[in-house]
Amino acid sequence: MRKIFDFHGGIHPPENKHQSLQRPIRDAGIPPRLVLPLSQHIGAPASPVVAVGERVLKGQLIAEALGFVSVPVHAPTSGTIVAIEDRLVAHPSGLLAPCIVIATDGLDEWTSLVAPPDYRDMTTRELLARIRDAGIAGMGGAGFPTAVKLTTKPGSAVATLIINGTECEPYITADDILMRECPDRIVEGVNILRQLLQPGEILIGVEDNKPEAIAALRAAATGSAIEVVSFPTKYPSGGEKQLIELLTGEQVPSGGLPLDVGVICQNIGSVVAIADAVVRGQPLISRITTVTGEAVAEPGNFSVLLGTPMNYLLAQAGYQPGRNRRLVMGGPMMGFTVPDASVPIVKTTNCLLAPSEAELPVPPPAQACIRCGMCAQACPASLLPQQLFWFAQAREFDKLEQHNLFDCIECGACSWACPSNIPLVQYYRASKAEILQLRREHAKAEQSRMRFEARQARIAQEEAAREAKRAARKLAAEQRAQTAAAGGEGVEDPIQAAIDRAKAKKAAQQVVATRATTETGERDKLEKAVVTTRARLDTASSKLEQARAEGSDLVDALQLGVDKTRAKLEAAELALQAFVDAGQTAPQQAVPTDAASVAIARAVAARAADAALDPVEKARAQLAGLEQRLAKTRARLAASRSKGEEEKIIGILVSTEAALEEKVSAARAQLNGKGDT
Amino acid sequence: MATLLRVTSPHAHGPVSTPKVMQKVLLATVPGIIVLTHFFGFGTLVNLVWACIVALACEALALWLRRRPIGFYLRDYSALVTATLLAIALPPYAPWWLIAVGVACAILLAKHIYGGLGYNPFNPAMAGYVILLISFPLQMTAWAPPRGLGQLPSLVEALQACFWPAGFDGITMATPLDLMKQNNSLLVADLYAQTPQFGRWAGLGWEWANLAFLAGGIWLLYQRVFSWHAPLAMLASLSLLAAIFYDGGSSASGGSPLFHLLSGATMFGAFFIVTDPVTSAVSVRGRLIYGAMVGVLVYTIRVRGNYPDAVAFAVLVMNFAAPFIDNYTQPRTYGHQPGKGGG
Ligand code: SF4
Ligand code: SF4
Repeated sequence: MRKIFDFHGGIHPPENKHQSLQRPIRDAGIPPRLVLPLSQHIGAPASPVVAVGERVLKGQLIAEALGFVSVPVHAPTSGTIVAIEDRLVAHPSGLLAPCIVIATDGLDEWTSLVAPPDYRDMTTRELLARIRDAGIAGMGGAGFPTAVKLTTKPGSAVATLIINGTECEPYITADDILMRECPDRIVEGVNILRQLLQPGEILIGVEDNKPEAIAALRAAATGSAIEVVSFPTKYPSGGEKQLIELLTGEQVPSGGLPLDVGVICQNIGSVVAIADAVVRGQPLISRITTVTGEAVAEPGNFSVLLGTPMNYLLAQAGYQPGRNRRLVMGGPMMGFTVPDASVPIVKTTNCLLAPSEAELPVPPPAQACIRCGMCAQACPASLLPQQLFWFAQAREFDKLEQHNLFDCIECGACSWACPSNIPLVQYYRASKAEILQLRREHAKAEQSRMRFEARQARIAQEEAAREAKRAARKLAAEQRAQTAAAGGEGVEDPIQAAIDRAKAKKAAQQVVATRATTETGERDKLEKAVVTTRARLDTASSKLEQARAEGSDLVDALQLGVDKTRAKLEAAELALQAFVDAGQTAPQQAVPTDAASVAIARAVAARAADAALDPVEKARAQLAGLEQRLAKTRARLAASRSKGEEEKIIGILVSTEAALEEKVSAARAQLNGKGDT
Repeated sequence: MATLLRVTSPHAHGPVSTPKVMQKVLLATVPGIIVLTHFFGFGTLVNLVWACIVALACEALALWLRRRPIGFYLRDYSALVTATLLAIALPPYAPWWLIAVGVACAILLAKHIYGGLGYNPFNPAMAGYVILLISFPLQMTAWAPPRGLGQLPSLVEALQACFWPAGFDGITMATPLDLMKQNNSLLVADLYAQTPQFGRWAGLGWEWANLAFLAGGIWLLYQRVFSWHAPLAMLASLSLLAAIFYDGGSSASGGSPLFHLLSGATMFGAFFIVTDPVTSAVSVRGRLIYGAMVGVLVYTIRVRGNYPDAVAFAVLVMNFAAPFIDNYTQPRTYGHQPGKGGG
């Protein structure tokens, strides 16, 4: 028997798994519409490669991976693309995200799958490409691209490959049922991983509350190098770090990766997806999802197409919306509530939990922390949750970091155990977000400080160069004078003088050239900052509008965010403007794009000022601007006339004046209209 | 469909709640209270009822002044726990004002001034006790003789003692702890033989009260209301010191380990005071240190100090030290190297 280690803390919440294990895996069927978010994983969202109106076949690529940490999306069945737009998705923040919407045709017509070669003949690179092209992302919850996780640095050996069949969260049985019903596919997938990673040993870790799964896996794994290890049930033994400690006795260093202790973990669902992709050439288009809770009449596990709206799937299980007040994606410990039952199933949806109110009641209001330490006894990361709670309340961020807030895996064990019902995890999440935000701001300030210092240094350097040039010139002049005085005496002297002059010129040119290059780089950076900040402002504003429309109570927070971003945008623009201005007034400035960038900066600034105003003010500002321009044009016209300038110029000015007059009156009319409403 | 609830994880919650914890603590004091009442009469019960009434009034007043929901916080039972612990610690047949002052100090000064339950650095019951001991040493050291050594007052007399102290003429008697300290001529064995107060092991009545509190404490341990670390560390260090300085039972002896374990407020302190989570250290290692230090202080004050019992002082001193202990006993966080800034 293998030695099983233990990890600190942990809890034993009621398992509630039997409800969804009464029935075999059912097929959820094809819903009329599928909504496929472009981002069902951690990393860059996929980019659509189909157009609205296009007919797609089952398994066809509809969005390609964008970058290394990204995975593609495939059509889960045949049908027509009816929209590529922002939709509500299952995300803790209840955001809209870009999705591809397919109207299914019920034919379920496969695209022609290329028969893959035997994986034993494939190279590591080919295997990884196939896993990535199949769109596989960790199916246990986080959704990290599997191919990225399986990419090891050359030279780093994988001592242990751990397949995580723990499924320690209450209620969820998706992996359990896969292990029971499809142990052969799991073994198939593991063999592919073995070929890929060449690990020293392969362990499948399963909690001892799943004897059927253990038996099935052991039977399927006989004769292979796979060892099925069972250990006592305790939440959260399925946390990657906890599982690694359980099986190897080693702890993943804080901030590090499992590979740092020679381990790679894979989830059961992902392993099955790998087998399907590599052996059968099928991309990831469906998954097993547990539907459970007292608000469904027939809980169980479903094979469900990605993109299926949750309410469609729930209906298959006999959903009783009247009994259900919160719908949780994931389990009761770490899952999050979805904003609406119409959001789609994604690659990471391992469970839909529709509890009745009696089943998971809303906790009573929090009482005072009595420092009983039950949270610390439960914490698998050996943190002191009560201390973290105190520091979080007091917003003592450095203390929070000292107490390793960022090693909290948000497992919820502390909140579960707390007798005073304190929503500890909520505090940690909020504090983490705030600290990250502060860090970002700090980094930015640091950057601009460095930029400032670099600029100072550059100015000093230029000054020195100019000084040198002046000295050289002076020297040359003296020499010339000497030569003249000496009168034809030094034959070499004029040549020397010419050489010196050339040298000085070259040095000066060099200075200008370096300056130009650094300057352009700098301007690029500043301009980029302006652009990205504006983009952020745009998204923030649209979120704010949405929140307003929904009457959400996040409005204030969002408003604050928008204001902050706007301030940042203004600062970025000011920086850009200042930079450009400085460049312009500096002597020997020879950068030709300056006028253009000044214009850009001005336009940008004007737009920013624009964005900051409300419609009436905006109109008024516009009017004022127009009037100003009109006055200027008129003055110019009068001057030209009095100076008797060319007919053509006067003609242009006259027509400009007319156009401006028209605009001014239009703006006035608009403003009046606005003022009335 | 009604809009779905948006709440953050975890969605499930464990069965333990703070009011339940407090109720269990109250329940666990029952055996001790019964034994005290058996040996010392109704005084303890009168203390208890009166202290609880005053405590609830003070708590409600403080909550009202601090504009907190009164009903909600009263139901956490913490005021009743404080009152009960203080009532047990006070001598039976104490006058009403003594109890009222003690309880008011405990609830208003030791607890609410600092921000209420969870924010108090000192154990409220022990703070109230020490304030009384310093202010009214005479009343606080007047212990009634146990059953068998004197006539126990009736219930009416007990009520009279409390609410009309002028009309009550109680007798008091030195406790075994006093006697042991004052003794400087007799061998311990002779002292036991000659003084009826010593009972079988440690003191007539006292030994049984300690055993009853021990039983209550073990039940609380079994109920996982607290962990064993602090109480066991306290009992261990106290026994160890007593054993080292037992001196073979000479006339200068500080008393045997058994004497110390079953005397005064040892078990009560170990299981009901030292285990107060709010004012003790938080980590396992911290609680071991905290408990052990309380034991050391209890022994030292008992044998060398000027006060009859030492648990209250020892606990207050260690309350003071708890934050420092916490600071140096932060457990090693997962994935951190041992010894690097506590993990
Ligand atoms: S479990 Fe709750 S009440 Fe107990 S110490 Fe932790 S946060 Fe405080
Ligand atoms: S949520 Fe964080 S602090 Fe709480 S038990 Fe889990 S790891 Fe520990």
